[in-house]
Amino acid sequence: MRAILPWVAVLGFAMLAQVAVGPVVGHYWTKILMDVGIAVLLAVSLNIVNGFTGQFSIGHAGFMAVGGYTAGILTYYGGAALFDLPPGAVAPGIAGHLWFALSTLVGGVVAAVAGVVVGLPSLRLRGDYLAIVTLGFGEIMRVLLTRTEDVIGSAEELATAPWTTQVVSTGGSLGFTGLPFYTNLFWTWLWTGIAILVAYRLKESSTGRAMLSVREDEVASGAMGVRTTDVKVIAFAMAALFAGIAGGLFAHEIGTTLNPAELGFQKSFEIVIMVVLGGMGSVTGAALAATILTIVPELLREFSEYRMIVYAALLVVVMLVRPTGLLGHREIWHAWRRS
Amino acid sequence: MTRVLQTLMDGVAVGSTYALIALGYTMVYGILRFINFAHSDIFMLGAWFSFSLAGVFGWTLAGATPPPWAAVVVLLGAMSGTAVLGYAIERVAYRPLRSAPRINVLIAAIGVSLLIENIGQLPIAFGTQPQRMPSLLPDAVLFEVSGVSIRLVDTLVIGIALGLMAALEWLIYGTRLGLAMRAVSTDAQTAALMGVPVDRVVSATFAVGSALAAAAGFLYASKYPGINQPAHATWILLGLKAFVAAVVGGIGNVRGAMAGGLLIGMVEIFGAAYLSPHLRDVYVFALLILVLLVRPAGLLGRATVEKV
Repeated sequence: MRAILPWVAVLGFAMLAQVAVGPVVGHYWTKILMDVGIAVLLAVSLNIVNGFTGQFSIGHAGFMAVGGYTAGILTYYGGAALFDLPPGAVAPGIAGHLWFALSTLVGGVVAAVAGVVVGLPSLRLRGDYLAIVTLGFGEIMRVLLTRTEDVIGSAEELATAPWTTQVVSTGGSLGFTGLPFYTNLFWTWLWTGIAILVAYRLKESSTGRAMLSVREDEVASGAMGVRTTDVKVIAFAMAALFAGIAGGLFAHEIGTTLNPAELGFQKSFEIVIMVVLGGMGSVTGAALAATILTIVPELLREFSEYRMIVYAALLVVVMLVRPTGLLGHREIWHAWRRS
Repeated sequence: MTRVLQTLMDGVAVGSTYALIALGYTMVYGILRFINFAHSDIFMLGAWFSFSLAGVFGWTLAGATPPPWAAVVVLLGAMSGTAVLGYAIERVAYRPLRSAPRINVLIAAIGVSLLIENIGQLPIAFGTQPQRMPSLLPDAVLFEVSGVSIRLVDTLVIGIALGLMAALEWLIYGTRLGLAMRAVSTDAQTAALMGVPVDRVVSATFAVGSALAAAAGFLYASKYPGINQPAHATWILLGLKAFVAAVVGGIGNVRGAMAGGLLIGMVEIFGAAYLSPHLRDVYVFALLILVLLVRPAGLLGRATVEKV
């Protein structure tokens, strides 16, 4: 019973967000709250690699792209075939939303597989090679995605197009437009809540402890019998899974376009900044930083020119004066304790 | 045949600018063991300093005829400007983190990189518009080999790059400073005990590396005159490819960086000419992953075992 309770709480919280919060705050803030959820999901997942395991991945947006495009293909073309609707239409009722949930999950799994494929060779090497390889992976993804075909817009064309054509018709550099808007507060905060819960429990689990030991000293932890490569790959795959799910949510959100330029290394850097500012290894810290760094720019729209300057300066200053981030390794409810 | 020669010429020109940038990455990595992410921005600043300096003299105006010594003035000006900046960045952002975990330095480097880009975008700096670099290097068709015109500007770009690399080779293997750099790179603590002023050597490394990157910026802008705005992704991408060159050649190895730069330039330009021009970045990163799988220490690097 105690084991199920947190999951029920997450489900209840997500439903509450959808039913009670959404209608009260209005469309504008609903959109911002969805953005916040996706940012938290990304930051919390990257934190598993960068914070817990001490590896340095800067290609998180690449996994987001993998998940987003996979989910997009499934809902756009798959949804059209499944529900016998024109491409891009929102399927009515609960069936459409369940299909969407399944699509994001599949996107996450595909991203996780990509994570293992990318991570396995590079995680055997010295730590900073991972940074380069993930960056390279993100860039390769971005370039390949700009080379895809135009989106098939009409039902007649779609009927004659074989599925091999469909999977590469994702809009090229213009982006995958016309995706149905399935993302709402419920799905966003359900996945985000699950990610937070998983990350927190992971940190307290034996696998998580092994991750922390790899962060502290890889050689010593290997000598203690931790399979360092395995642990790193697990962390990497989990982070990629949630990044892929975040990509799926991002793809089907109102007011965003899934396009390759959006998911370049700038996006990856933004996520890294959130993790670092929040405190590497702190789940709630990453979530807090992601929330602040998503809402504050909304409020400071007229100073957008200076936004990145402030971010960048903040990053350097935090590294100089508080190298472990705002919360360090601690969680938010430990904040009053002396470190 | 014509096309092969033309592609070869472009490949060497682009490759030698990659090599110049890669040298900065590899020197810093050799001594401090971290990836200086801000190096691609130093490269960008090299191009923009060159443009601004040419603007100060009025050579960017339409119809201006820059004198032959213009290139020398601009090149040396940009190089000294970034050398000072490289020194300052190390002093302010990296030196306090000398004993911190490497991931912190890496993040600070990303911070510095974003800072340079976004300050560069401000209206009081370079603004958000791409500009056109005036042709300061003289250009003419030198001679033709089986239909390929060997252009003076390409030859000069390659010549200046090779000249700078030769100068660096002399600096590292022929001077006391170079000896100190190699000593610090091998073992900083022991070098310090032997009386090598480690901090000064690190500063010198940053200054020299930044100056080379600025030269690369100038040469790149001379070959491809359209210079993008400071935060444009192409700069980071070019820097990344140069970093790939350093890794492929064997990070920390100066000669490896030169060889890696040329190799990456060739792979990119030949791939773009003969396979598909749109996938040029893919070839470079695919080569990187391939090299890391087969020879993790790079082509000229020596594998090291981490000792406890």
